[in-house]
Amino acid sequence: MKSSMKSRLRLFLIENAVVILFIVLIAIAIPASRLPGSFLLQEILTRLGRSSFLVIALLLPIMAGMGLNFGMVLGAMAGQIGLIFVMDWGIVGIPGLLLAMLLSLPISILLGWLCGSIMNMAKGREMVTGFILGFFMNGVYMLFALYAMGSIIPVTNPELLLSRGYGIRNVVDLESVRQALERFIPLKVWGVNIPVLNYLFIAAVSAFIVWFRKTKLGQDMRAVGQDRAVAGATGIAVERTRIIAIIISTVLAGFGQIIFLQNLGTINTTNSHEQTGMFSIASLLIGGASVTKASIPNALVGVILFHLLFLVAPMAGKNLIGSGMLGEYFRQFVSYGVIALSLVLYEWKRAAQEDDARALLRGGAGSDDGKGGTL
Amino acid sequence: MEQIKRFVADFGLPRIIIAVYLLGLFLMAPMVGVSLPGALSDTSIRIGMNGIMVLALVPMIQSGCGLNFGLSLGVIAGLLGATCSIQTGYVGARGFLCAILVSQVFGAIFGYGYGTLLNRVKGGEMMISTYVGFSSVMVMSIAWLVLPFTSPVMIWGYGGEGLRTTISVENFWRHILDDFLAVQISDFKFPTGAILFFLFVSLAIWAFFHLKIGTAMTAVGSNPSYARASGVDVNRMRVISVVLSTMLGAMGIVVYQQSFGFIQLYDGPLYMAFPAVAAILIGGAGVNKASLTNVFIGVALYQGILTMTPLIFNAVLKLDMSDVIRIIVSNGMILYALTRKTKVLK
Repeated sequence: MKSSMKSRLRLFLIENAVVILFIVLIAIAIPASRLPGSFLLQEILTRLGRSSFLVIALLLPIMAGMGLNFGMVLGAMAGQIGLIFVMDWGIVGIPGLLLAMLLSLPISILLGWLCGSIMNMAKGREMVTGFILGFFMNGVYMLFALYAMGSIIPVTNPELLLSRGYGIRNVVDLESVRQALERFIPLKVWGVNIPVLNYLFIAAVSAFIVWFRKTKLGQDMRAVGQDRAVAGATGIAVERTRIIAIIISTVLAGFGQIIFLQNLGTINTTNSHEQTGMFSIASLLIGGASVTKASIPNALVGVILFHLLFLVAPMAGKNLIGSGMLGEYFRQFVSYGVIALSLVLYEWKRAAQEDDARALLRGGAGSDDGKGGTL
Repeated sequence: MEQIKRFVADFGLPRIIIAVYLLGLFLMAPMVGVSLPGALSDTSIRIGMNGIMVLALVPMIQSGCGLNFGLSLGVIAGLLGATCSIQTGYVGARGFLCAILVSQVFGAIFGYGYGTLLNRVKGGEMMISTYVGFSSVMVMSIAWLVLPFTSPVMIWGYGGEGLRTTISVENFWRHILDDFLAVQISDFKFPTGAILFFLFVSLAIWAFFHLKIGTAMTAVGSNPSYARASGVDVNRMRVISVVLSTMLGAMGIVVYQQSFGFIQLYDGPLYMAFPAVAAILIGGAGVNKASLTNVFIGVALYQGILTMTPLIFNAVLKLDMSDVIRIIVSNGMILYALTRKTKVLK
C-alpha cells in the first residue's frame, strides 16, 4: 500500500515537474528583471496572439501517439512560400494573408503526407525521424527558395530577388501585411492593445480541435495513440489515421507561421522556420504537456510561461550577474533543456509504469529496485 | 539482372548513388580545370581531420545505444582539453599530448554521467542524446564566459567578457600530426601523421572489439536478453560504450583542431555530431550495427563529396550550391537509415 502511495506521488511530481520548475524560475526572475508590469502584460498579450496557433498545431500528432511533431517546420516552410508569393503579387492586408494561407494549403498537405508516410516507416522513432526530416527538407526548401524561385518559378518583384536575378533575398520585408491581423479590430483596454482577430483565429482552431476529437476520425486517432495493435484489430486504418494527424498538424503549422511572421514583419528566408519547431515544442512542454498528453490549456499556459521567461531572463541575468550574453545563453539552454528534460521524464515515467504493471502481475509486491531500467 | 539486384540490395541504393556521384565529380575534375592532385590532397587531409570523430560513433552503435547525436558532449571535453593545454603554454608535441590527456579525463567523466542517464531512458536514446548535447553546449557557453582562463591568446582584450569565439592554435600545435612525415609533391600533400594516428586509433578499437569485453558489448547491442542470460552486465556495458564514445569524440575534436588550426567555442560544437553520423551511415552502418569498414568507406565518401562538390560546381555552374547539397545528402542519409529495417552491410 505504502509503495503505491509513494509511486503515485512520484508520478504526480514527474508529471508536473516542468510547470512547477518554471513557475519557480519566473517567480525569481520577474522581480530581478525590474521590468514594469504593464510592459510585460502588453508583450505577453502580443506574443500569445503570435505564437499560440503554432503551438496548438502540435496537439493532434501527440493524440495519435506520434509524440512531438518536430516535422512541423515543414508546415512553416509552406507558410513562408505562401507569404513570398503574396509579396510578389503585391496583395496587401488581410486578403494577402488569407491568400498566403490558401497557397500554403496544398504545399502543406503534400509535405504532411510525405512526413506522415516517412514516419510510418519509422514507427517508434517518429520524433527523431521528424527532426532529421526537418533538416532534410530545409535543404530542399533552400534549393527551392534560393535557386528555383525567380528562375524556374516566376517571381518578378526585384525587391524580393537577389542581385544575381534569381533566388529570394535573405530578408523579405512583409510591410504590406505587417500586423494586419492585430490592426483589423483595434481594441485598447487600460492602454494595452489587444489583438482581437488573432485571438479569434486561436479560438477557431481550438474549437476545431475540440470538435475534431469528438468525430469518428478523432476517436480513431486517440485509439491509434493508445495502442496501434488493438486499434488495427478493431478495423481502424492505422497508417492512414497517422498520416491524417500529421497532415492536419502541418497545415495548421503553415497557417501559424503566417500569423507569426505577419506580426514580426519580416521573413528570414533561410532560417525563420528553423526555430519554429523548437520554440513551439518547448512552449508546449513548459505548459505541462508531455510526449503522450497535451491539451489546449497546456499550449496557452506554455506560451505565457515560455515568453515570460524569455522576456525577463536577459534582464534578470544582467541585474543579478552583470552579463547580457550570459542571459542569452541561458535562454537557449532553457529551450533545449526543457525538451531534454521532458523526453527524459517521459522515458522514466514509462519505465515506472512498466514496473508498476509488472508488480501488479506479481500480486502487488512492489518492485522498487531503485534501478528504473526497462529490462 | 538478379545479380545486379542483389548487389544493389547488399550495397544500398543511396550508397551507390553517392559513390557514382563522387566518381563523376572526380572524372569531371580534369575536364573543367580543377587540379586533381589538389583535390585528392584536400580529401585526404579532411579524412585525417574527421576520421576519429566518425570512429567515435562505433561503440555506442555496437552496444545498442543508437546513433550518438550527443557527440557534442565529447567535443566539449575536447575543447576543455585544448583550452587547458593552451593555458599551460606548452607548445608542440607536449602541448598536443597535454590537450589529448586532459580531454580524455573530461571525456571519461562526461561519458560516465551521460551513459548513466542513457541507461535510464532505454529506447529514447537518440532524441534525448540530441537535446542533452544541445543543452550541454549552452551550459558550456555560459562556462566559457566565466571560467577563469588567463592566457592572453584566449581571452578577449579590453571590453570583452570570457574566452574568444575562435582561438588560433598556430603558435602551439597546429598541423602537428598533419606535418608529421607529410609527403609533399608540388600541390599534393599527404598528411601521413594524421592518417597514421587515425589508423592507430582504429586498430586499438578493432583490438578492443576482439577482447572479451568488446564481444560482450556487441552481444548487448544485438540481443540484450541473450547477453543478460549469459551473465553480461548490460547496463555496465552500455556505460562503457558511452564513455568510450565520448572519449573518442574528445580526442577526435583535438585532432580536428590541430588540422583546422582553430578551437571553436560557444555554438561551435552544436551540430558537430551530424556530419559524423551522416558519414558512418554513408559507409553502410545501420542504427544498430557498425564496423570499421563502415567508418573508412563512410569518411572517405563523405569528405570526398564535401571537397569535390564546391570545386566542380563553382567551376561548371559558377555558383556555390555545395551547402544545399551537403544538407540534402547528409540528412537524407540519416533519414534513410532511420526508416530502414536494420540490416548490416559489408
